[in-house]
Amino acid sequence: MLLISCPWCGVERPEIEFRYGGEAHIDRPAQPADLDDHQWAEFLYMRSNPKGLLAERWRHVHGCGRFFNAVRHTVSDRFVCVYKTGEKCPDLEALAREGAQ
Amino acid sequence: MTQQNRTPEGGRIDRGTPVTFTFDGKRYQGFAGDTLASALLANDVHLVGRSFKYHRPRGIVTAGSEEPNALVGVARSRAKHAGGEATPNLRATQVEIHEGLAAESQNRWPSLAFDIGAVNDKLSPLFVAGFYYKTFMWPKSFWNRVYEPFIRAAAGLGKAPTKPDTDTYANTYAHCDVLVAGGGPAGLAAALAAARSGARVILADEQAEFGGSLLHERGAEIEGKPAADWVTDALGELGNNPRVTLLPRTTVFGYFNQNFLALAERVTDHLAEPDPALPRERMWQVRAKEVVLATGAIERPLVFPENDRPGVMMAEAGRIYANRYGVVPGKAIAVATACDSAWRAAFDIAEAGGTIAVIADLRAEPPAALVERAGSLGIPVETSCAVTGVIGKTRVKRVLLGRISDAGVLSAGEVEADCLLMSGGWTPNVSLHSQARGKLDWQADAGAFLPGDPVQAQRSAGSCRGIDGLAEVLADGARAGVAAATAAGHAGEAPSFAATGGDAGGGWWLGAVPHDRDAARVRAFVDFQNDVTAKDVKLAVREGMHSIEHIKRYTTTGMATDQGRLSNMNALSIASGALGNEIPQVGLTTFRQPYTPVTFGTLATTSRGDLFDPVRKTPIHDWAAEQGAAFEDVGLWKRAWYFPKGDEDMHDAVARECRTVRESVGIFDATTLGKIEIVGPDAAEFLNRIYTNPWTKLGVGKLRYGLMLNEAGFIMDDGVVGRLADDRFHVTTTTGGAPRVLAHMEDYLQTEWSDLNVWLTSTTEQWAVIAVQGPKAREAIAPLVDDIDLSGDAFPHMSLREGHVMGGVPCRLFRMSFTGEAGYEINVPPSRARAVWEAVWANVEKLGGCAYGTEAMHVLRAEKGYIIVGQETDGTVTPDDVGMSWAIGKKKPDFVGKRSLARPDLVAEGRKQMVGLLTKDGKTLLEEGAQVTVERSPARGTSALGHVTSSYQSPAAGRPIALAMIAGGRDRIGETLHVPMPNGGIAVEVVQPVFVDPEGSRLNA
Repeated sequence: MLLISCPWCGVERPEIEFRYGGEAHIDRPAQPADLDDHQWAEFLYMRSNPKGLLAERWRHVHGCGRFFNAVRHTVSDRFVCVYKTGEKCPDLEALAREGAQ
Repeated sequence: MTQQNRTPEGGRIDRGTPVTFTFDGKRYQGFAGDTLASALLANDVHLVGRSFKYHRPRGIVTAGSEEPNALVGVARSRAKHAGGEATPNLRATQVEIHEGLAAESQNRWPSLAFDIGAVNDKLSPLFVAGFYYKTFMWPKSFWNRVYEPFIRAAAGLGKAPTKPDTDTYANTYAHCDVLVAGGGPAGLAAALAAARSGARVILADEQAEFGGSLLHERGAEIEGKPAADWVTDALGELGNNPRVTLLPRTTVFGYFNQNFLALAERVTDHLAEPDPALPRERMWQVRAKEVVLATGAIERPLVFPENDRPGVMMAEAGRIYANRYGVVPGKAIAVATACDSAWRAAFDIAEAGGTIAVIADLRAEPPAALVERAGSLGIPVETSCAVTGVIGKTRVKRVLLGRISDAGVLSAGEVEADCLLMSGGWTPNVSLHSQARGKLDWQADAGAFLPGDPVQAQRSAGSCRGIDGLAEVLADGARAGVAAATAAGHAGEAPSFAATGGDAGGGWWLGAVPHDRDAARVRAFVDFQNDVTAKDVKLAVREGMHSIEHIKRYTTTGMATDQGRLSNMNALSIASGALGNEIPQVGLTTFRQPYTPVTFGTLATTSRGDLFDPVRKTPIHDWAAEQGAAFEDVGLWKRAWYFPKGDEDMHDAVARECRTVRESVGIFDATTLGKIEIVGPDAAEFLNRIYTNPWTKLGVGKLRYGLMLNEAGFIMDDGVVGRLADDRFHVTTTTGGAPRVLAHMEDYLQTEWSDLNVWLTSTTEQWAVIAVQGPKAREAIAPLVDDIDLSGDAFPHMSLREGHVMGGVPCRLFRMSFTGEAGYEINVPPSRARAVWEAVWANVEKLGGCAYGTEAMHVLRAEKGYIIVGQETDGTVTPDDVGMSWAIGKKKPDFVGKRSLARPDLVAEGRKQMVGLLTKDGKTLLEEGAQVTVERSPARGTSALGHVTSSYQSPAAGRPIALAMIAGGRDRIGETLHVPMPNGGIAVEVVQPVFVDPEGSRLNA
């Protein structure tokens, strides 16, 4: 079972307090009607699914109830960092170069 | 004659406490401190089971949890065994005997000595590697009727208990600085070092006693004391330290992410009369800052013909039985080896009074000191000598020897022996390191995989990382213990433990041993439990399996309960030879949880029976139970299903309930509906974006049906929403959908529209809901309502009022309907719900009404063509598919799912649409889920047009009705289609999906 830090609560808690929310930083288009079918399908369904670092959404559903983002390595399941919704996505390539795994 | 193999003295058993137990119904005696295996061997019983595939007679091979053969069914008494309460597949080498214990051998019929299944052994040429894939391929029609039943009947080891498990199991969580897995010399040194640094330590060992190899080490000294005495002192020190938890009989069976480890503690199985308050086993879930793996090494069998005969054992097991249990496992013991440690076993046994018939070493020049000592003990020694076979079926009788020379192997005669100890060297036990995702490094000079860099906060210590020699192992353990404590924030210095003796020495062998026998006729086993031979591994390679992962699955080598701890290295070596490839290139399979089998009880702990899931009950539940209601599970809720009267069956009761609602009035418990209160200046705008419907113009005091889509445009939930104030809405959801809907709303509110000023609160448990439906509904509730005008003009259909009932009980009264009749839903606080319900019920009863359950509710709504999300819909259904385009706010620029509704597939012709179906004969009730086709008996492979989603006997229509999702259904109204069933197709007419009051006039009555 993973231990996950909630950046809102500032505590580390077991995975069962959290719910996974998929890849982060996929903004819902402000004007969906302006997107053609291909663009809309890209937004709906296409995800990066990397072998490596992934910025993803989590919700501390059985704690503060708030969403936050985390960078996790999809091979080791190791959490590299967590940050609040609205904050910028860390530079994943730089993190990878620094040896995050 | 009893315990004829017991030495006159020595060992750690309590000779003053004899213990009587049974094996296959026969009584035997052992001593307290014996395992089932040591006690059987003391009585010269080697034959303890039959193998899985060939039903070959098998004996005890090891003295530990890696035992592949001695799997037995064990119960606390013979009566319990006879009563079907035995635990199957326990390793006799781990079972501690107690008075009355009853054990049975497995995989044999009618008896262990004479087993019908042994015919498989004669047919073994048919059962080569991959035989499942070859033999059972054709003819195809045989699979269901012949092959599968045969395989299922023959598969599996042991008998599952026939009675529910009456034992209790416990679960506990723990945190520590340092968890030490394994209580041998390295583990004890690590635990002492970490504890002296001030760390919180958990030391777990799968055996009954801590000490590991030190418990059978003769002559070794630590800190000037005999090794066993040092163990006693170390345990005294650890036991007196309040920061140390000692867990004997506890297997670290799972190593999960972030140093989360699962341990199974066997609490009472070793006791004849345990305290009934104690659990049988306890599961520990431990989060450790640092982990020290001190799991030791496992001795490797030699692969020679007939190496599976009862009486053939690991050399170290022989030494353990002699030194720790005072058992010499035979009258004349031969030793086959390629390493020094087996010589040590021979010497110890000889000194304990046993007779060593020969030491046959594969090496040309074993260390001279060993040869000298053998000479002084009078032990015959053969070098460059292989054991090439064993005579004797149910017990070793003679051992065949062969001389290895440049010309090959030449017979070197045979030796009389009833026990043969073997050793191919030691395999470091890297299971937990591997579970922790640590890589393994191949050490060619040691012939072993050693732990590579750890991925998690763990380190290996001692012989599990290839360290030899007692002093070196102790030092390695102490170093690891201090390093772990330091990493966990408790810096210290590694203690040093002076030690002499206890060195295993060198030498090893991998793969099959050469022999002079007819290769086509003899079998040398690699994996005893799964009956995999050296030939099978070579055959798998010849047939194209080149990766060890494929070889493993094709031959099943390493797939037994020991996960190949005995067999993997030999299998790998044989495969590597056959492939002409180096061992690291062939690869090693990954060890996985659990390390050894874990009972289901331990994994389930208290989550069984009534405690398996929480149960949610409404405040009306007890009333319904008192009325004799039948209940159904809806999610975690118990809901009243129907209320049978007299000798009514379900069908009669539901029909009566439906008729009563349409004719007079019914009362229904709708408390389980999900409720969410949405509050804030932007509440209406939030609803505009979340639901398909428009909300801005909904007046205060009005209700509206709301339809919710996911972003892909498919229906995910529905419910009635009421506006309590400009900035306050009362939202209802489906019973099962409440948490999902709230999470969906929170997701959008927090992550997409954080600019909206809105709060969401779950109020599901703040309101009990009493639905009163039917033409006399107003009459039923009117006498109870304090301050709300119920007249049709003042309070029309789809309205809501806040007020009071029964002289001051606050309520939110909804005028709405899920039955097609005029009706109300009375929302009251749960604490007052039963009183209000009973008051309404008294009026309902006076008016000739009834209570109805969920089944009648389903029929009533289906008669009206109201959908149930999850029954008519399946996650691929759009509003238009179910005829609900009217629920979409056309003028809204955006809502969740709107853009997707314009995607090509969602506007394509021929989508499945909701329609009604009426069977042509007017009598047949369709099956929900049944497929619908054009033809009465469509050709094989014909695609269905759709399927039946709801089907009921409708009292109002006086006939069966059904709802269905049919491709292009609305254009097929009036057509005749068919529902093919095993007894022939059923003709159905496609109709509008409304069977009662299509105009809706009854709603406004």
